Formats: sequence, C-alpha cells, structure tokens
Amino acid sequence: MSSRARLLGAFLVVMAAAPAVLADFHVTLLNYVGLATLVVLGLVLLTGVAGIVSFGQQAFVGISAYVTALATTAWGISPWVTLVACLAVTALVALLLGAVTLRLSGHYLSITTIAWGIAIYYLFGTLPMLGQYSGLDNVPPVTLFGFAFDTGRRSYYLIWIITAAALVAAQNLLDSRPGRAIRALRFRSVMAESVGVDTASLKLVVFLYAALLAGLSGWLYAHFLRFVSPQAFGVNAGIDYLFMAVIGGASQVWGALIGASVLTLLKEWLKDILPALFHQTGNFEIVVFGVLMLLLLHRTRDGIAPAIARLLPAGPARARPPEAEPLSRRAQPARGTPLLEVRGVCRRFGGLVAVDRLSFAIDSGEILGLIGPNGAGKTTMFNLITGVLSADDGQIRFLGERIERLPQRRIARLGLARTFQHVNLVTGMSVLENVALGAHLRAGRGTLAAMLRSERGDERRLLAEAARQLDRVGLGEHLFEAAGSLPLGQQRIVEIARALAADPVLLLLDEPAAGLRYGEKQALAALLRKLRDEGMSILLVEHDMEFVMGLVDRLVVMDFGQKLAEGLPAQIQTDPAVLEAYLGGIE
Amino acid sequence: MSPDIALWLVQDGITNGAIYALLALALLLVFAVTRVIFVPQGEFVSYAALSYGLLQTGQVPGTVYVLVGGGLLAAGFEIAAALRERARPPLARILVVYVAIPLAIAALAWWAAPRKLDMWAQVLLAVALVAPLGPIVYRIAFQPLANASVLVLFIVAMAVHYALTGLGLVLFGGEGLRSSPLSDAQFGLGVMNVSAQSLWVTGATVLGMLALWLFFERTLYGKALRATAINRVGARLVGVPTELSGMLSFLLAAFIGALSGVLIAPITTIYYDTGLMIGLKGFVGAILGGMASYPLAAVGALGVGLLESFSSFWASAYKESIVFTVVIPVLLWRSIASRHPVEEEEE
Repeated sequence: MSSRARLLGAFLVVMAAAPAVLADFHVTLLNYVGLATLVVLGLVLLTGVAGIVSFGQQAFVGISAYVTALATTAWGISPWVTLVACLAVTALVALLLGAVTLRLSGHYLSITTIAWGIAIYYLFGTLPMLGQYSGLDNVPPVTLFGFAFDTGRRSYYLIWIITAAALVAAQNLLDSRPGRAIRALRFRSVMAESVGVDTASLKLVVFLYAALLAGLSGWLYAHFLRFVSPQAFGVNAGIDYLFMAVIGGASQVWGALIGASVLTLLKEWLKDILPALFHQTGNFEIVVFGVLMLLLLHRTRDGIAPAIARLLPAGPARARPPEAEPLSRRAQPARGTPLLEVRGVCRRFGGLVAVDRLSFAIDSGEILGLIGPNGAGKTTMFNLITGVLSADDGQIRFLGERIERLPQRRIARLGLARTFQHVNLVTGMSVLENVALGAHLRAGRGTLAAMLRSERGDERRLLAEAARQLDRVGLGEHLFEAAGSLPLGQQRIVEIARALAADPVLLLLDEPAAGLRYGEKQALAALLRKLRDEGMSILLVEHDMEFVMGLVDRLVVMDFGQKLAEGLPAQIQTDPAVLEAYLGGIE
Repeated sequence: MSPDIALWLVQDGITNGAIYALLALALLLVFAVTRVIFVPQGEFVSYAALSYGLLQTGQVPGTVYVLVGGGLLAAGFEIAAALRERARPPLARILVVYVAIPLAIAALAWWAAPRKLDMWAQVLLAVALVAPLGPIVYRIAFQPLANASVLVLFIVAMAVHYALTGLGLVLFGGEGLRSSPLSDAQFGLGVMNVSAQSLWVTGATVLGMLALWLFFERTLYGKALRATAINRVGARLVGVPTELSGMLSFLLAAFIGALSGVLIAPITTIYYDTGLMIGLKGFVGAILGGMASYPLAAVGALGVGLLESFSSFWASAYKESIVFTVVIPVLLWRSIASRHPVEEEEE
C-alpha cells in the first residue's frame, strides 16, 4: 500500500470515529468544514485548475439554501424533492451568468461575480417572502427511511459522506479525458481547441459543476442549521471560500479539504483566544486573520497542499498502461488522393497583405514543404489552414470540404492535426497524458461518466493508444515524466505524438526544427521519413533549408505573401527567383 | 415624479457618481499597473472621511497610529529585504520616507487637532494622513508578491481589506460620523436648488481628473506608469522599476481615495466599514466602462450614481441589488457585440 493510500485510510478512520470522541461543538465545527469543503472543491476545479476566478460561490449556496428553506417551510415539500429543485435553479442561474461572462475576455467573470454576489445578498435581505434580514426558520431536517438527521451529530454523517464522495468524484474527473482538457484550459486553450476541445463549452461545464457543488452545500446547510438568513451569504463568505482554496492549494483536490479546515478552525480559534489576550472585545480577530493570511501567502504562494505533497515520499513507479482494444481508426484516403487544396487565399492585417492569392495542393502520402524567408507569410498560411485565423478571400478545401471559415476544433475533427512552433504542452501533466489529449475526439464519454469512473474502458484504450504513439516516435521510456521537464527536442516530438494520437489524415508541422540541436534535427528527420513510409501525409512549414531539402517530396516557396516557386527540391535549389529572395540579387 | 424631484435626483446622482468616478479611475489605474484588484481602496475613503470628521471635533484621529506603525513596519520590510540580498540598506532614504515623513504628519495632526484650524487646513491634513498609507500598504503587502497571479494578489488585497477594516473599528469605533459641509450655500438655478457641496464635489472631481490627465500626458512619471500599464515587461526592460510604478500608483490611489473621503464625508454618514461599498460602486462603474478606458469608466460611474439615486426613489429597499445587478445586462450586451478569440493566461 502506498503512503498516500495509507494516509487516505487513516483520514477516513479518523473522520468516521470523530463524532464518537468529540464534543457537540466540535462536531458542529467539522460540519461547517465539510460544507465549506464542498464549495471550495468546486473552486479548486474552476479557479485552481481551469483558471476562472469566481468570487460569487456563496450566492449559489444561498440560492439553493433559500429554495429549499422556502419550499419545505412554506409549501411543505420533502427535502429530497427540493434537492432536485435546488440543483435545477442553481444550474439555471449558473448557465445564465456563465453564458454572459465566460465569452468576455480578461477578468470579467471574476468581477461580475463580486457584483452579483452583493446584489443577491441584498435581495435576500429585502424580499419579504424570504423573511428579509431575519431569514427563514423552522426548516425541517432531512429524513431517510424514518431516520431524521436532526442533530449536529447525525448531520455529520450526511454531510461528510456527501463531501467524501464529491472529493473522490473530483479526483476521478481530473484523471480522465475531460479532466485532461480542463487542465489545458488555463494556459493552453489554443492547443486544446486544436485537438478538438470546445473550450467555451468546457468552461461553462466547469462553472456549472462548481455552482452545483455550492448548491449541494447550500441544501445541506439549510437542513443542518434548520435556519437560513442573508448574513451567511454576504460577500465575505464568497471571499472566504476563495481564501480557503488559495491557502489550501487551489491546484489540488485535497487543497479544498485542507483550506476549508485551516480557515474554519483558525477563525474559531482566533475568536476564542484574542479577546482573552487583549482583555477587550473588538474586531481584533479580523485584523490578526488578515495579517496571518498575508504572512502565509508571502511564505507559500501555492498553498499548503503542494507543500505537504512535497514532504510525502513519491509513489511507486507507475506501470505502463496495459494493452487495450485499439480505438477505432478513420478510413485513410488512398495514396495520391488530393487532400488539401488552397485556392487564391488572401489574408490582410490592416494594410499588410500577409497572404496574397496563394494556391497550392497536397496529395495523400507526400511531404510538402512550405518555405520562405522571415515574414513571407508562412505562419499566417498555417494559421489559415488550421482555423486559428479565417481567410479574407479564396478557398481552402480539405478532403473536398470547405474549411476556410471553420473553427479549429471542427477542422481537427475532419482529420487535420498540428504541432506548434512554440511548444504547447501542459507542462505539469505527464507525457502520456499530453499525448492522450491528442486523442480527445476518439472517445466520447463526458464529465459525469468520468466522475463515476464508468468510462474506464475508454480511458484504458485512450492511454494505450497514447503509449503506442509514444513508442512510435521513440519516447516509450518517458511516459510518466512531466512534459515540461523534457528537453526541447523531445518536447517537439511529444507534440508530434500528440498529433498522431488524433489518427490524422494530414499532419501539419509548424517549424518543428526551430531551436533544435544538430543531433535532434537528425532524429526528427528520421522520424518524419518513417512516418511518410507508413503512409502519413505531412505539410511542413520550415525555415531551415538543410533540414527541408533532404526530407520533402515537393516544395512551395513563399515570399511577401505570394507563391514564388513550386517544385522538386532540386529544381527549387537552382531557381533564380528563389536564390534572389534568399541571397539577394546579383548586381 | 415631478420635474423638480427628478432634477434633485439627478443632482444627487451626479454628486455621488462623481465620487464613484474618482474611485473608478484609481481602481483602474492600480489594476492596470499592478494587476491588483484593489478592494481596500474604499478604506482610504472611510479613513479620510472619519479623520476629517474627528479633526472637526478637535480630536486626534486614530489614523496617526496606522500611519506611524505602518511606516515603521514598511521600514522594517525594506531593511530586511536589503539584508537578505546582503546589501547595505539605504538607511537615510528609508528613514526619511517611512519614518520621518509619517512622524511629521502625525505630529502635525497632534498639534493641529485641538486647535481646530480652519476647514481647509483640516481637509489638507486629513488627505495628508491617508495618502501616504498607499505606498506603505504597497510596500508591506504587495511588493513582496509583485509577480504573483491576479488571484493571489486579490486574496492579498482582501487580507489587507480585513486588516484595515478591523483596525478602523478599533481606531474609530462603531459610531458613524458626518462632517459639516465645505459650504452650506444653496443656489437657485431655474427650478432647482443646487447645493454648494455638490458643486464642490463635481468641481473637485473635474479638477482631479484634469490633474491626472496632465500627470499622465505631461510628466515622465506619468508616462512611465502608462508604459507599465500597457506592457510591464517592456517597461521594465527600458528601465522603469516595478517597485516605483507600484508605489506611485498606490500613492495616487490613496490620494484619490482620501480626496473622495473628504468630499463624501458631509454628504453621507460614514462608518468604519462603509468604504467597501463605496469602493465597489466605483468598481461597477469601471466594469460598465469596460475596465480599460478611463473616460468610459468615469461615464460608467456617473451612471451608477444616477441609477442609485433614481432607484432609491422608486425602489429604495432594492437600491443596492439594482446597482450591482446592472452589470449583467451590460455585460450581456458587450458579450453579444464583441467576438473574442480563444484566450489563455500567461504561464
């Protein structure tokens, strides 16, 4: 048993035994920790992993608490029925807010959540139906088969079983196909789109997930406390949740538990100790609390969980994923079929014509090199084909379908996979997981299946495929290393493996040799030749003439956005126009 | 609603909106330069307003303790940072900036308070007590974390907000204060009565904005701040020190906060914790303006002031809810009107 598993076991035993030995007051405190953990867990995924900061989670807790309090007291509906209503209302509000703010750039969502949290707080306090500032009381307890969770001690098990389940589900989610995509959202959205992830929808899903956890917490809160009032859902509550996430360590699931415990207990302790220390009551605890938080953040910016994780011994070396039934492959076009056809494409940036009526084509089974001096428009052309940019004029056809206006992920779905000039890997994820991200579109099970682990068959096939592709490119020894720790040459090759994992019809490589050492270039060229011999078609945008000449079947030379020449490498090398563009005119 | 009530509401809205506009500018400036969502901006407002109120009654405001204590703490941070890098701390500079200046201002307040100097001296003193808190707060809380993420900086800002609000309660007590206006005069202007205080507020706001504009357009420091706001790395490469731009933006923010505090003190009763809401309304203004353009932020803040004043007439109980919900339809419109490419953070 690994030390982590032992730690988890010990934790479960302690939590299960806690009510037997603790006083009522401490059990209640632990209940608050559990309720906060649920909310913070959502923030860990939303903020820590996906990079979307929300200050308004307390509003979702509040909405849900009020829905159930109102429905159970005023209309006598069973709490189990209102649970569904709570989640539905929370989801609806989250979808509305998310749809409004997630598409906007920058920190709109974050700031909007502050404003909206304040608005809802005042609304709770003013609506007569909700009891204004005195709130709603006499909320009934949850009952299950005649057993009422009507004391703190009884609620303890209800709260902590749900919290533990949520922790496990979140851990499962992060370690899955949608989880990998979520982990790419923060720093690698463009890459995620290029492997077919709909990043906008995924952000909405994560926002929804965090809101639902907060809603669940609100439902539990109302029935545990048997009373709701606006004070619990003020702006400060929302900030406290974020505090907990940041202090616990917002990038790790267990950070939620640690942060919620530390903050809840610390506040309680300060409330006890400070009046005794200062011999007068006042708001000292909030001052000391502020200062302590400041000091903590000055010391450990990533929070407590990562600091603890560093102290634990590393787990045993992980085994290679077992062989699994291969993922289904797409039908590859016969050798010589026209794949990509660029016809009269133009792209302007203001007055600059970056690509000017360019036309060329690639057939299946060939390596075409697109070369040209700096500023010739190669990267723009690349971005037009892959859908990062859209063309102003002209047509791009891929397997007969027009793609010049399609977004990246639709083009990826058609079988076009790319690498990036500036290596675009999720640095904290293992090499294997990065490559598995490339196969994102080849399996379809979603977030819920991942949380319940009902997609393990698909997951095995995805990981086996990723391992196979890494073998194919010669990186089979490095499956579990963090992608960011490999040297640049190998990171480039991981990018190629990720593209291959998509089972593409055409591979687009953007300056794969840039920044590589001589030996690394040799290895890369050998790999690309091997891929071509296996029947892969490749479009290569490159700068390095020596690298290109020995490798490609045909060349297209660009200069000032236009096509300067096209032909076999030997013809291009003696073409006077090309020589002039590269070497300058001969006077 | 009769026209004179409407006009009165407009006047009220513009007066409050002008103050929100000042705060919106400060928030925007701090965010652009340091990436700090500076929630404690409102504390400068309440500190200044309460200090001004106490000076009027002849008492020494507790702000002097925060100023001197904070200055000493910041000096300690400076010396420790220098020692950690095994450099000799620039003691003369540290002592002047963080010890001598705060002590001098505190001593002045001590001397002046019981003498009940004239109103203008009190205004100046209140602003002088609060404005240096900006750089002190920056030095203690933010400078050590200058490269942290927006989230961590925000959490730090919240911690500072907690600490300052708590101190505010200790120093000023839970009682609210309302100071006497700069002038009680009223002018008849057509059908409406204009109070001199709202003219003062609006005038001071316009002057403040003009001064800011001149600062940013005409001075080297102003240009350095603009450069930092546009491209932090680039500004550093051409020799604008991060600490200097941070200090400057916080000094400006605290000065603007203090000015707003003195202006708002006669209009509404200020408690130790009122600052948060006033600051956040400035924030809503900045959001309405798109978080990027100073003039639009000012217009947005005026809008907030007007909305607040009209909703307190029609639906007084829902005033705050309305003011803070208005961001959602505005953002919806912006979201529909603009197309944004896929975005990612810098790692």
